[in-house]
Amino acid sequence: MRDKFHRMDFRFESPTSVRARLRDVDYLSDDAIAGVVFLADRLGKPILVEGPAGTGKTQLAKSVAEILGARLIRLQCYEGLDESKALYEWNYKKQLLRIQAERNNESTWEDIETDIFSDEFLLTRPLLEAIRSDDPVVLLIDEVDRVEIETEALLLEILSDYQVSIPELGTITAKQIPMVFLTSNNTRELSEALKRRCLFLHIDYPDMEREKEIVLTRVPEITDSLADQVTRIVRSIRQLELKKSPSVSETIDWARTLLMLGVDSITEADAIETLNILLKYQSDITRATKELSADTTQRRPGVPRTS
Amino acid sequence: MTATMSSDGSMLDLLTGFIVELRAAGLPVSLTENLDAMQAIIHIPIEDRNAFKYALAATLVKNNAHWRAFETVFEVYFSLRGPGYALGGSDEPLELDDDDTAANPEAAGAGTGGGGGEALTPEQMAEMLFKALQKGDEAMMKALARQAVTRYAGMEPGRPVGGTYYLYRTLRNLDLDNVLEQLMSQAREESPEPLTPLEERLEKDEFESRVDRLKQEIEAEIRRRLVADRGVEAMAKTLRKPLPEDVDFMHASREELMSLRKAIYPLTRKLAVRLARKRRHGRKGPLDFRNTVRHSLSYGGVPVDPKFRYPRPAKPEIFVVADISGSVAAFARFTLQLVYAISGQFSRVRSFVFIDGIDEVTKFFEGVEDISVAIHRVNTEADVVWVDGHSDYGHAFEVFWERYGREISPKTTVLILGDARNNYHSSQAWVVGEMRKKARHVYWLNPEPKAYWDTGDSIVGEYGVHCDGTYECRNLRQLEKFVEVLD
Repeated sequence: MRDKFHRMDFRFESPTSVRARLRDVDYLSDDAIAGVVFLADRLGKPILVEGPAGTGKTQLAKSVAEILGARLIRLQCYEGLDESKALYEWNYKKQLLRIQAERNNESTWEDIETDIFSDEFLLTRPLLEAIRSDDPVVLLIDEVDRVEIETEALLLEILSDYQVSIPELGTITAKQIPMVFLTSNNTRELSEALKRRCLFLHIDYPDMEREKEIVLTRVPEITDSLADQVTRIVRSIRQLELKKSPSVSETIDWARTLLMLGVDSITEADAIETLNILLKYQSDITRATKELSADTTQRRPGVPRTS
Repeated sequence: MTATMSSDGSMLDLLTGFIVELRAAGLPVSLTENLDAMQAIIHIPIEDRNAFKYALAATLVKNNAHWRAFETVFEVYFSLRGPGYALGGSDEPLELDDDDTAANPEAAGAGTGGGGGEALTPEQMAEMLFKALQKGDEAMMKALARQAVTRYAGMEPGRPVGGTYYLYRTLRNLDLDNVLEQLMSQAREESPEPLTPLEERLEKDEFESRVDRLKQEIEAEIRRRLVADRGVEAMAKTLRKPLPEDVDFMHASREELMSLRKAIYPLTRKLAVRLARKRRHGRKGPLDFRNTVRHSLSYGGVPVDPKFRYPRPAKPEIFVVADISGSVAAFARFTLQLVYAISGQFSRVRSFVFIDGIDEVTKFFEGVEDISVAIHRVNTEADVVWVDGHSDYGHAFEVFWERYGREISPKTTVLILGDARNNYHSSQAWVVGEMRKKARHVYWLNPEPKAYWDTGDSIVGEYGVHCDGTYECRNLRQLEKFVEVLD
């Protein structure tokens, strides 16, 4: 079935080129991200992006749209999302008007029926819009784990066949396969059916070198040594057992704050005073404060008693 | 592309074997995913090993918790493929002509003088290792890892082992803990001012991560040699490990316990969301009269569209009564952690722990944000030993009934955790029966496999008849499933 869309022109030549082009728009990817984006293009499959909050899942879709010069169509998921918000809806009021306007004329029932169920009265919602678009689009289905498991079924047809079936109009097939990104914060297990249709990409916190690069790109005024220190401290904090580890965006915020405070080398006091930017739970802050100022030579975890 | 094409036949076989092994390791790989993987490798040549790995992972692994299992199998199946990963170079002398050693006269001198790695004394090797770690020189670390394995692992061809012993031997000879200390003291000396605790910590983290990378390199090298020696299938079978959600609480190794602790937090978040949703789902609150009348106005006063209040069903109260003796301690710990982490879903959680005496430990959890601290206190401070510190469910239940029995109300759900191995004391099962009369539900969670129930001194059947349900809870998967039915 995919042969129907068989094109010789793929969007990317190699994973390396994905990486380079993403870098051009200030998105620093890694082997996994570039590889999966490349593969998604080649196989014509959606990507399910999962990972902790604030690691650039949504940004990935935006950046890919940017390098492709494509329009980003975004469907924000929430509990209670239904097909009239995700796929399409008939413009009921306009249909009513049409029927009333027709009352005095001599049109037959069939005429009116075919008329009011035509394109003119169709309100397209993000999914249908992405399918029908003539220009290149990138479809972002954000936080897909928020919809109920039953609602997921709405997405299946579009994800596997790139088409939408409307009973009154028939099946609308995509003119071109859009790149599709689904993001999930993993608050629940997604259905097997959905996962099967997607390529899976887990974006974790970046390693230190990559995070440093990100900080340098996003906060251009920062010095190399300060960026280095920032990312080292963040790595150290992420190793603690915390409720919520600092995300990349929080690292960036922190770097900006330190810069604004005119810090050029982070001391313990600086770090502890500004911890509330990195960490959002009081218990995490207390713990990190303790750890950062503690003497490492005495750091030994407590051993539980066995009876 | 052409390279992939020419090796297609063998590649397909390799991939098929790879997927069979993934399934054997417990990963749910469907037929569609299998086909996707085969399509994927057409587009990504195996020579680009990282990209190849991620391409396979993207099509085959749809759950991040399975990543480790995938990686292990991948390393075994594809460890001998791709440039730079072939085994050939392993016995060659260390390459000493790179820039780094030129700047490092002692090591370079030793190398060129001897003409090969074999000529290095252990001291020289240790020195090179030290330098490599200090500078974070990846290429050097890799070469040294190979050398160390050749020299210290003492690998014997044909032995059916997984390599843990070889790893242990290599690491023991390298004495990395000591190297770490030296690196730290070196860093302290080189710094113009004394290091602050923060700087000290950062330095240590950096060196630790380098040492970890070296360890991984050594492990990979041992694995490569074992695969070459024993063949792919045999090796994969030896290394097969249960997925985190299938790890048995009672027999978990230290490392497995760590991975369990990591797995439990995302699990609790998921459960909390699911429980909250389930409670609301399918139920409507009472009729909202005002809202209904307001909406009836647009229909000429006819209440076409009845409105209901947002449902706020009552939350249950939970009593956890846990055996914390020896073998079941890990299980009690995980269950308590889980229950407290989702305590927002219950109106109240009270916990009691026992061995042969019983003690309420609710206060340890109150106002504590970090559950593991509370659990540590439970383990060290609770007064649970009555006579000899051997489980006595009968006595513990009797005391429980006497002290706290009247506080059980029809809103209470009682969870009893334990293997019911009573050391042949009397069961006092009537207590459980009485509890059930007063409580909303009484459930028993047993971390033992069902086949062992009621064998030896286990009397779970005697208690079980008085409970609303007895559940086998050997791993996170089963625990998660149980919590979902809880209401």
